[in-house]
Amino acid sequence: MTHPTTLSTVPTPAGRFGAYGGSYVPETLVNALEQLRAQYAGLKGDTGFWTELDGLLRTFVGRATPLYLAERLTEHAGGARIWLKREDLAHTGAHKINNTLGQALLTVRMGKKRVIAETGAGQHGVATATAAAHFGLACDVYMGAEDVRRQRLNVVRMRLLGARVVEVHSGSKTLKDATNEAMRDWMGSVDRDGGTHYIIGSVVGPHPFPMIVRDFQSVIGRECREQCLAQIGRLPDAVVACVGGGSNAAGVFHPFVEDAGVRLVGVEAGGRSSGAGEHAAPLSHGSPGILHGFLSYVLQDAHGQTADVHSCSAGLDYPGVGPEHAYWKDAGRAEYTSASDAEALEAFGLLARTEGILPALESSHAIAHAVRLAATMRADRHIVVNLSGRGDKDVDEVVRLTQHGPK
Amino acid sequence: MSRIDDIFSALRADRRKALMPFLCGGHPAPDLLPGLLAALQRGGASIVEIGFPFSDPIADGPIIAAAMNQVLSRGGTPTELFDEIARARPSTSVGLVAMLSVSIIWRVGLPEVLERAARAGIDGFIVPDLPVEESGPILGPMRDAGFSTSLLIAPATPPQRAERIARASSGFVYLLARAGITGESGPAPDIAGRVRMIRGMTDLPIACGFGISTAEHVRAVVRHADAAIVGSALVRRLADTAEASGDPLSVAETFTTGLAAGLAVSG
Repeated sequence: MTHPTTLSTVPTPAGRFGAYGGSYVPETLVNALEQLRAQYAGLKGDTGFWTELDGLLRTFVGRATPLYLAERLTEHAGGARIWLKREDLAHTGAHKINNTLGQALLTVRMGKKRVIAETGAGQHGVATATAAAHFGLACDVYMGAEDVRRQRLNVVRMRLLGARVVEVHSGSKTLKDATNEAMRDWMGSVDRDGGTHYIIGSVVGPHPFPMIVRDFQSVIGRECREQCLAQIGRLPDAVVACVGGGSNAAGVFHPFVEDAGVRLVGVEAGGRSSGAGEHAAPLSHGSPGILHGFLSYVLQDAHGQTADVHSCSAGLDYPGVGPEHAYWKDAGRAEYTSASDAEALEAFGLLARTEGILPALESSHAIAHAVRLAATMRADRHIVVNLSGRGDKDVDEVVRLTQHGPK
Repeated sequence: MSRIDDIFSALRADRRKALMPFLCGGHPAPDLLPGLLAALQRGGASIVEIGFPFSDPIADGPIIAAAMNQVLSRGGTPTELFDEIARARPSTSVGLVAMLSVSIIWRVGLPEVLERAARAGIDGFIVPDLPVEESGPILGPMRDAGFSTSLLIAPATPPQRAERIARASSGFVYLLARAGITGESGPAPDIAGRVRMIRGMTDLPIACGFGISTAEHVRAVVRHADAAIVGSALVRRLADTAEASGDPLSVAETFTTGLAAGLAVSG
C-alpha cells in the first residue's frame, strides 16, 4: 500500500485531518484560538524557541529516554523482540511533561502569566503544575470532584508544586466536565490576569490543540526512530501505544507515518466489555461525532449526548479520541484494537515480574497487546512499545482490583 | 419570511423593543412548556429561546448547565422535547428559537432535526458551538427550510469577523455583551459602541444578552439594541420554585412582567 505524503502534513490551515478535527466552539473562544494559532505559527520557524525547548527536555526532563530491549518479556511472549521506549523515566513519570513544558514555554513567549489545565487522574495536572513552577507561572488545574477524591496523591503533588486545584462539581464530576470548566475559564480569562493560556493535555480539542500537542509529543517518535536505526540497525516492524485521548500514541506514531513498512498499532481501553458504558474505546466501538470542539470518533448515545465510559485506567477514561487517530484509522495507516481491564492488569504484573518495571495502567494496555502481537511474529521481528508512564500511581488501584495485597 | 422577521417588523413599526427569555427544554419539569410559554407571553415576551439539554454545554454557565443535566438525568431526549414543543405551539404565538448544540445536530442528522423542528412549529435556530467558518453546511439548509439562523458576536470578535457573522445570520444577530460564560452578573455593560458597529454592517435586529436579571438591565440594553435576552436569571427562579414546590407558571409570568417594565420607552 502506498500512502500519500499528506498523511504526515495534516492538518490543513482550518485544522482538518481529512474529514476530522476542525473547530466547533462558541464564538467566545474563537479569539483565544486565533491568537494561539497565529502565535504558534510564528514560533514554528523560530529556531531559538525549539533550541531552548530541546535544552530543557535534556536537562530538566532527562531526555532522550532510553529504548530498552525487554529480553525476559520477549522470552515470555515467544516471538518478536519487544523493545520499550522508556517514557516512564521522564521527569514526573510520564510523557505528559513533553507537552506541558512545550506549552508553558509557548505561554512565556506569548507574554502570558497564567496557565490552566484539565486533568483526570492528575498526571497532566502534575505535569502542568511542574512546568508552571519551572517558569514561575500561576497555575489553576480543573479536576472533577470524583477524581479529586480518587486521586488524593496527585492533588497533594499539584498543591506542593504551587498550583491551585479547582474541584469541578458539574455533570459527571470527571475528566470531561473538568475539560468543560477549563474551556469556560479560558473564554473569560484569555486576556485577563496578565493573559491566560490553556494547556490541554492530549491531542484533542479544537484546532490548533491537536496539532500543537502532537508536535510537542513527536519528540518521542523522533528519538525512537533514531534509536531503532542505531540499536536494531533498521526500523521496527511495529510500534504499539495505548490510546486514550491519544497523545503518547500520536507522539510516537507521527515520525513513522511515512515509513509504510512500520505497522502502527493503537490500543484502546476495552474495559469490562464492549457494551455501552463498559469501555472507553471510541475507535473500536464508536462512530464519528463532535465533542469538546472537534470531530472524531466518539462515544455518544443516539441523541448526541456523551456516553458514560469505563476503564480501570483513569488516563484512558475519555469518550473521544484525537482527530489524527480517526484520520489514520480511516486511511488504513494505523490499526486500532483494545485490551480489557483484566488483560491490562495481567500485563502490569507481567512486566513487573519479568523486567522489574511497574508500568502505568494506561501503558499496561499497550504491553498486553504487544505480548499478543509478538507471539504471532517471527523472532527476527521487532516491536517497539511506548511505555508512556510509570505505575507507582496505580499501585493502590491494582491491589484493590486484583485483591493481591502485600503479604 | 419567518415568524421572527414578522415579529421584529411589527415591533419596529410600533417603535417597540423585544424581551426574549430563555428556557431549558424539559426544565424544571416535563410537560410544563405549554403553560410556561403562555405565561411568558402574558408577561411580555415576544420570542422564547428553548435550549435543548446537552451533556457538555461549554458555552453555558453553571445554572443552565445544571438545569440541562437534571433533564438528561431523568432521560429527557431531543425527540421528546420536539414533541413537547409541538404540543405547546398552539397555546402561544411567540417566536420560538431552538438553541441546539452542533453535537446533537451531527448525531441526530440535519434533515431529521429540520423536519421535527418544522413539525414542532419552531421558527429559528441558534447553534452556540458552531463558528461561522463551519456554519455553511448546517445554517444554509436551515435557512432554505425557512428558519432564521442567529450567530453570536462576542466582546472580543473583531469588526471584520463581526461583519462576516452578521452576513451569515438571519432573523436577528445575537450580541454577547460580556466575555466568558452566560450567567447573572453585576451592572449592565456599555453596549452602545458594539451596537453602533453592528448597525453599520446589517439591518438585522440585534438581540443582546450578558446575564440580564433586572428591569434596569433590560432598559440599558434596549436603549441601543432591539431585544434583551434573559437566560440564567429565569432558569434559576424556575429551579428554585420547583424545589420549593411553588408554581413555576406564576413565577415565570411575574418575573417576566417585572423585566418587561424595562421595555417602556424612557427619556
